[in-house]
Amino acid sequence: MLTRITKAVLCAGALTLAQPAAQAEEFTEADLKSWEEQFMTVVKRGEKLFHGGLESKNTVSCDQCHPNATNTHPETYPKFQQQLGKVAVLSEMINWCIENPLETEPLALDDPRMTALQAYITWERRGVELAPGKH
Amino acid sequence: MSIKRRDFLKTGGALLAAGSLPLSLVEVAFGKNSPQNFTFAFISDSHITHIKGNEFVRNWDMGLKRAIAEANLMTPRPDFTIYGGDIAQLGTPEEIDHGLELLGALRGDVRYVMGEHDYYLDLGDYWRKQLGPDYYSFDHKGVHFVVLNSIVTYDEWTHQDWDTPMARMKEMARLDNPNGSPFMVGPTQREWLRKDLEKVDKDTPLVVISHSPLQKIYKGWNFWTDDAEEVQALLKPFRKVTVLYGHVHQIQYNQIGNISFHAAMATAWPWPYPSTYSQEASYMPKLTVEMNRADPFFERDATGWQFINMHSGNVDVHYTLPDNTNRVVAFNEDKGHPEDTKYQAEAEQIPPQEHY
Repeated sequence: MLTRITKAVLCAGALTLAQPAAQAEEFTEADLKSWEEQFMTVVKRGEKLFHGGLESKNTVSCDQCHPNATNTHPETYPKFQQQLGKVAVLSEMINWCIENPLETEPLALDDPRMTALQAYITWERRGVELAPGKH
Repeated sequence: MSIKRRDFLKTGGALLAAGSLPLSLVEVAFGKNSPQNFTFAFISDSHITHIKGNEFVRNWDMGLKRAIAEANLMTPRPDFTIYGGDIAQLGTPEEIDHGLELLGALRGDVRYVMGEHDYYLDLGDYWRKQLGPDYYSFDHKGVHFVVLNSIVTYDEWTHQDWDTPMARMKEMARLDNPNGSPFMVGPTQREWLRKDLEKVDKDTPLVVISHSPLQKIYKGWNFWTDDAEEVQALLKPFRKVTVLYGHVHQIQYNQIGNISFHAAMATAWPWPYPSTYSQEASYMPKLTVEMNRADPFFERDATGWQFINMHSGNVDVHYTLPDNTNRVVAFNEDKGHPEDTKYQAEAEQIPPQEHY
């Protein structure tokens, strides 16, 4: 009895799996627009954080050294960061800046503010070819 | 290190490799009628930042202190120091006073230039109260010096309906602000300059000092003066003209007609070259061999100060660069423009000078 029910459930599962897979491919222009808007909302949030919106114990902000997020080179990460002596990702370098020039506690790597900062930094570098490892 | 600094004038820039600081020394050199060569120091862009109470950002304080300490060690002593603007970050009396207190340790006279960070809180009232007029001229050993306030902008921007004066200051303090406004010298100062220069012989070497470059490099960051061409036209009749400026926090030099241009390093922090902003075009002078890319892990790296050596009416800028090899950008009489005495040829340039 139990086995039969399990089989039935599995069969039903197989059927329902097949259908959503098809649906997942069906998105509209309106969906694309909405997702882009969601992304740009986070980019704009990152821009604000980058320009003084992020908590900073000494008031120093990211844009003071990196106007338009220049000299951040998101396209080169991960790369060997000579000062750390290891291969690092961009968010580690963002935290380095927060801890040193900003003299403030680092963010968790999945903190929405960290996501927003990376979204803004990468957006300002759009169109530049990926160059992982480049120094 | 101090021995090297002290020997600087005797041994020349090439031996300064082990040097120290973020200052540029400017040498003004003269022709047959004025055998008195002399030097002056140029310190700029300290961005002293008030946190609260008696707390200021340590990093920026340290840059200015180090430049002053090194300037005081120079032998022979620079005849005077030019401070190129942006003593303060947000133009408050606390920041200007703290900066001036540190600068009080400098030996000899200091001539000050107004920067936008000193200006847009109260339109320069407190700065002028402490330091006097923001445009003026003076003569020194046969050279005519002019200081301009090049960071004013259009009245419609300055006098729009701001919530507070600090709101205006913070808008202008953001370098990459799309809602900013271009700098200019403006008609009042241009007319004053025209009259001031009427009485100066055309063979007299001229040194004009402003905060923003009196040439157009990149409008988006105000590496730009909107009426640069009008000011250049007033300088055109003179045989030897040098324009020195701050604001850009990096090595730049150029020659436009009879005018040599040199930028000063900041004591606070370096800026990327505008050409590294991949979304916009900019007009970097082709002559400039760029400074080394900054290593943020060394706090004073890519900051600096200048000694300026004047000889035969032209300027040699000696950049003192902590954690980097010092550089000398000197006027080449044969070529008629400034050039780096070591790195000008492409084959001499090194990987850290590549910015992207």
